[in-house]
Amino acid sequence: MKDTEGYVTADGRQIGGQLMELKNITLKFGGVTAISDISFDIHEGEIRAIIGPNGAGKSSMLNIISGFYTPTEGELWYKGAKRPPMKPFEVARMGVARTFQNIALFEGMTVLDNVMTGRLTHMNAGIGAQALWWGKARDEEMENREKVERVIDFLEIQNIRKTPVGRLPYGLKKRVELARALAAEPSILLLDEPMAGMNVEEKEDMSRFILDVNDEFGTTICLIEHDMGVVMDLSDRVVVMDYGKKIGDGPPDEVRNNQDVIDAYLGVPH
Amino acid sequence: MLKDIFVTPFADMVAAPDFLLQVLWEGLVSGILYALIALGFVLIFRSSRIFNFAQGIMVVFAALTLVGLHSFGIPAWIAVVLTLGVMYVLAMSIERVVLRPLVGQPDIILFMATIGITLFLIGGGEIIFGGENKVMITEELGIPTGDSVLEPWGGLLILQHLDITVVVVAAALVAVLLAFLNYTQMGRAIRALGDDHQAALSVGISLQTVWVLVWFIAGIIALVTGIAWGARAGVSFALEVIAYKALPVLMLGGLESITGAIIGGLMIGLLEKLFEIYWGQPLMGGNTETWFAFVLALIVLLFRPQGLFGEKIIERV
Ligand SMILES: Nc1ncnc2c1ncn2[C@@H]1O[C@H](COP(=O)(O)OP(=O)(O)OP(=O)(O)O)[C@@H](O)[C@H]1O
Ligand SMILES: [Mg+2]
Repeated sequence: MKDTEGYVTADGRQIGGQLMELKNITLKFGGVTAISDISFDIHEGEIRAIIGPNGAGKSSMLNIISGFYTPTEGELWYKGAKRPPMKPFEVARMGVARTFQNIALFEGMTVLDNVMTGRLTHMNAGIGAQALWWGKARDEEMENREKVERVIDFLEIQNIRKTPVGRLPYGLKKRVELARALAAEPSILLLDEPMAGMNVEEKEDMSRFILDVNDEFGTTICLIEHDMGVVMDLSDRVVVMDYGKKIGDGPPDEVRNNQDVIDAYLGVPH
Repeated sequence: MLKDIFVTPFADMVAAPDFLLQVLWEGLVSGILYALIALGFVLIFRSSRIFNFAQGIMVVFAALTLVGLHSFGIPAWIAVVLTLGVMYVLAMSIERVVLRPLVGQPDIILFMATIGITLFLIGGGEIIFGGENKVMITEELGIPTGDSVLEPWGGLLILQHLDITVVVVAAALVAVLLAFLNYTQMGRAIRALGDDHQAALSVGISLQTVWVLVWFIAGIIALVTGIAWGARAGVSFALEVIAYKALPVLMLGGLESITGAIIGGLMIGLLEKLFEIYWGQPLMGGNTETWFAFVLALIVLLFRPQGLFGEKIIERV
């Protein structure tokens, strides 16, 4: 597929043009090459999955996209422009929101406050105005509150709004983390194993939320997931990584029948 | 002897409730200042893991700047605004010159850096404003200096107007800070950064903005406490001892707890005063306020190593 234009998915959804393109990305940690010369792209409105065995370099790839790691080599293009090296908070302000493999929430703060921090990328009023709660700062706070309440309703966590996050069970924490990312109204949402460690029921809920987010807000999503079944159900296109290399890229059905991918998942020695 | 410890003090309290009230009031005045200073420590510690050794000297520096500017002929209130400006510039410079280059260094290096800031401020303060003692411009600032006498239960309670002003202003500042931290986006950013660094970055929080902000808040606190303490004790480098009073507060309240700082500060202010008057002076010849808070904090730490309000320390095996 030649991907600068959009395409139509198997289930008939129209996907937009290229939103992000990674070109020949290599990432080294000292002597370890975590990612070697990988290229792929993410289209507007699609659900793009990255899969691969442990240590394949999936999280590293997400960290590059979100600015937590700077690639040793390669280019990252976003919304048609080459992105210079940036700090994570700057990337966030460009509309990239994410969750973490090992949940990173503000444990001492309530669910509501956690989700409110998701709106920090939209902050315009100055610090002085905020301190004194005047004019623009106040309007902004109200507007943020409204948007946040909508996200909270959407993810069905109204009943825990005022609970400190530290007290929540694992599955709900994952959902709060998603809520915080969503509150940013991101152009692209990165999810690092959103269903890891969940039971079947929680996985089903989370899958439904991810599909709903994509469907209702048209949010572009790039997610990492181990569970092949889930990936096949959710994603429009899949990148498969193994030992830092890309060994497959395409719609789920195609990838599933790729011999290299089957070998990697069955643990055939390299 | 046992009676002197366990019975007499309480009998005295009941016998003269007006005097007890007087003691509690004076404890409250110091306590609220301790709470403020501890709050400054906690905000900086939470967002950068730095134990700010310079907090004490910032109090001196703020008070010196205020008095110094006024002595150059600048009206008192304009001098206050200018001093706040100076504290802001100080916060920005510290972020730019000290914190930013030292990012990611071990905590002890950052702590040493704040000792460096302390020495710099001592030197700078002496060169610009001179080392001799000065008088706080209390009257020029319009702070009342008289007193009111109340007669609760037919007794006697003397409230210095200066103390009333201190309590009102400090309590208002604490309230504004709490509202700022809890109900504004910048405040949430400060708390968030204290909770989880990575997550804070992922939602677009800039470390540098938060650092400047918390150091500026520490500067505002320094100015308020500098005026309050300076109005009683004069403005000299000895003023920095008030910041050392925050140490036991932090031991008690935990380095990371905002609530802990406030409650800890008030508790120490009240308890050290009560102890001094009812146990210290009659039984130990007085002057217990210099050490009481530390002993109290040590005793608490024996039973709760994380402080009264700190997160539970998880033992790693
Ligand atoms: N900050 C780092 N410093 C050094 N090495 C790292 C760092 N981050 C990742 N690596 C290494 O890069 C490789 C890829 O790790 P990564 O976390 O990206 O894998 P992954 O595909 O997400 O694995 P998993 O499925 O277990 O989450 C591993 O060998 C890992 O040890
Ligand atoms: Mg990973």
